[in-house]
Amino acid sequence: MECNLKSGAGYDLLELSGEVDLQYSPQLREKILGSLRSGAPLLIDLGRVSYIDSSGIASLVEGFQAAKSAKLPYGLLNISATAMQVLTLTRLDKIFDLYTDAAHFEAQL
Amino acid sequence: MTSVAGTSASPAISIRNLFVDYGPRRILTDVNLDIPASQITVIMGQSGAGKTTLLRCMLGLKKPSSGSVNILGTDIVRASRRELNAVRKQMGVAFQGGALFSSMSVAENIQLALREHTSLDEKTIQIMTRIKLDMVNMLAAENLMPAELSGGMTKRAALARAIIMDPKLLFFDEPSAGLDPSTAAELDQLMITLKTTLRMTIIVVTHELDSIFKIADHIAVMANGRVIEFGTPQQIIASANPEIQGMLNRKPRENIVDTDAHLRRLVGG
Repeated sequence: MECNLKSGAGYDLLELSGEVDLQYSPQLREKILGSLRSGAPLLIDLGRVSYIDSSGIASLVEGFQAAKSAKLPYGLLNISATAMQVLTLTRLDKIFDLYTDAAHFEAQL
Repeated sequence: MTSVAGTSASPAISIRNLFVDYGPRRILTDVNLDIPASQITVIMGQSGAGKTTLLRCMLGLKKPSSGSVNILGTDIVRASRRELNAVRKQMGVAFQGGALFSSMSVAENIQLALREHTSLDEKTIQIMTRIKLDMVNMLAAENLMPAELSGGMTKRAALARAIIMDPKLLFFDEPSAGLDPSTAAELDQLMITLKTTLRMTIIVVTHELDSIFKIADHIAVMANGRVIEFGTPQQIIASANPEIQGMLNRKPRENIVDTDAHLRRLVGG
């Protein structure tokens, strides 16, 4: 997994690529919670994620919960078909705010 | 040249020349089998055919008399304990009876492997547990003890525990046994979803024909300790082998055995 956090434009953009699994999900969790602790809205780009397991999904859920508590906008961008299947399987596809264009997230800020 | 049952160019499991003896009794005879990755392979056969012994060999619970069992690139027959443990972390197993620890709640049973094998944060473990419980429609049973579960709930809890680490390989021993048709159908659908969504290679040992033809991409048919046929459900249905047709049509074995050989088995000589 590669994890690249970009700040600016009034929010943090976390770009993920590769496989998000048990080995890398603690790193993802830290990035998500660290960004939210800084008080920035967070958009997570999953467009280049080839595989995400339930530990990765758990990190996304924990981030969602933390953002909600802090009243910070939190969205998922460019969900790949694979990641979408996992979200659907876990019935989380209706819970997250999903975007296909960062401009739509920016418009919510 | 060894004849190998299987179709995949890069199988998840390759079994070669496998022999298993219990004392003087030969249980498996020259089993050769390739199990395709990211598909559901059902191992079927009548009681005593060797299905459970083959499963135990794949889990590294039974050392064969000879032969190899290559799982995800490691021959577990010759692997060190450390190598075997590394392979086992990529396996999930749902045993027929559930095998839940009676002194732990459903959630604690499911979390056990995560606590033993990972250093994930407590919150992550909790969310993963609930995701898996939700997948098997058992979220409300999180704090129940195993003694409080019905047969179907025990099976589903065992499945949630088997998939908690998102294993590459899922072994399921008699998933439908003792379940009502509706619960059995739910489990069948869940296995198909796990295969397609999480790319799991699923190996199911069963003799429930209804379930087999709903879930199987491939079927390995066992009889007398051998894999006598391997193929897609359509290929198995079309098999000319009378023993397979006997199983499919649930004919009594007596209708298809060689009567002279059967007499010899009964009276000796």
